[in-house]
Amino acid sequence: MGLGIGLGHYLSVAAILFTLGVFGIFLNRKNVIIILMSVELILLSVNLNFVAFSAELGDLQGQVFALMILTVAAAEAAIGLAILVIFYRNRGSIAVDDINMMKG
Amino acid sequence: MTLPLFFFYVFSIVAVASALMVIASRNPVHSVLFLILCFVNAAALFLLAGAEFLALILVVVYVGAVAVLFLFVVMMLDVDFAEMRQGMLQYAPVGVLVGVILLLELLLVAGSFAVSPEVTGGAVVPIESGIENTRALGRIIYTQYVYLFQAAGLVLLVAMIGAIVLTLRHKAGVKRQDPAVQVGRKRSETLQVVKVKSGQGL
Repeated sequence: MGLGIGLGHYLSVAAILFTLGVFGIFLNRKNVIIILMSVELILLSVNLNFVAFSAELGDLQGQVFALMILTVAAAEAAIGLAILVIFYRNRGSIAVDDINMMKG
Repeated sequence: MTLPLFFFYVFSIVAVASALMVIASRNPVHSVLFLILCFVNAAALFLLAGAEFLALILVVVYVGAVAVLFLFVVMMLDVDFAEMRQGMLQYAPVGVLVGVILLLELLLVAGSFAVSPEVTGGAVVPIESGIENTRALGRIIYTQYVYLFQAAGLVLLVAMIGAIVLTLRHKAGVKRQDPAVQVGRKRSETLQVVKVKSGQGL
């Protein structure tokens, strides 16, 4: 990486982003859309770790893995939002507290 | 402080601040916009690490597609978001506790670990300084990792079909186009020539 930026810098930023994502899930417990965005933040921080290690160790494999994570994250967002839309269509609400139809 | 380090701090501070605004802002539309800002700054961090292709993919795929999808859904669903925020601080203490512990553990790991010397030499796909990042990635994605690449495509295909199947619905009472009927229409069924005397009307 060089130029004064170390691996620790990247790992710290990724750790903070990861923590913010987890905290967002706790904070917005009722709003599914924000929870999905928090999951995106968590995946982004994981990607940041992969890229930082890839640059530090001089290995391109980490970037290939990050690309796959990006693909899965995009698919997850699309499916999650589709489920959200049909849930809203059926129940007229997206509050997490209302999602209990399968409760026995 | 070198110039790259300065920019690293700028981008990372903006990324962290906008990530905070994503989870804390009152309006979900603002949340999506801050998510876009966070992704753009993360793309800049990728650029600083030398992952140019991933940085641009992040901008194209996330900012261009996923974030717009989020924006679309937020605007399409007519939800009372103010009501949804009530009781929000109820879980904040637990969240802060979990978050602080998690952050401390992660920072301890990030600050204290060291890469063992055996690992540093044995890169599976070494980054060569003479080749651009995109070219190097393309060389291994289509050869060494071609099955992985196909699997990623399959994941996207399944996601696309899944999203279409989930959201498609046939409402009763909606007029739909039927090309066969339109094309098979005859003149005698639709057109009638009537002789009208002038000044009298029908």
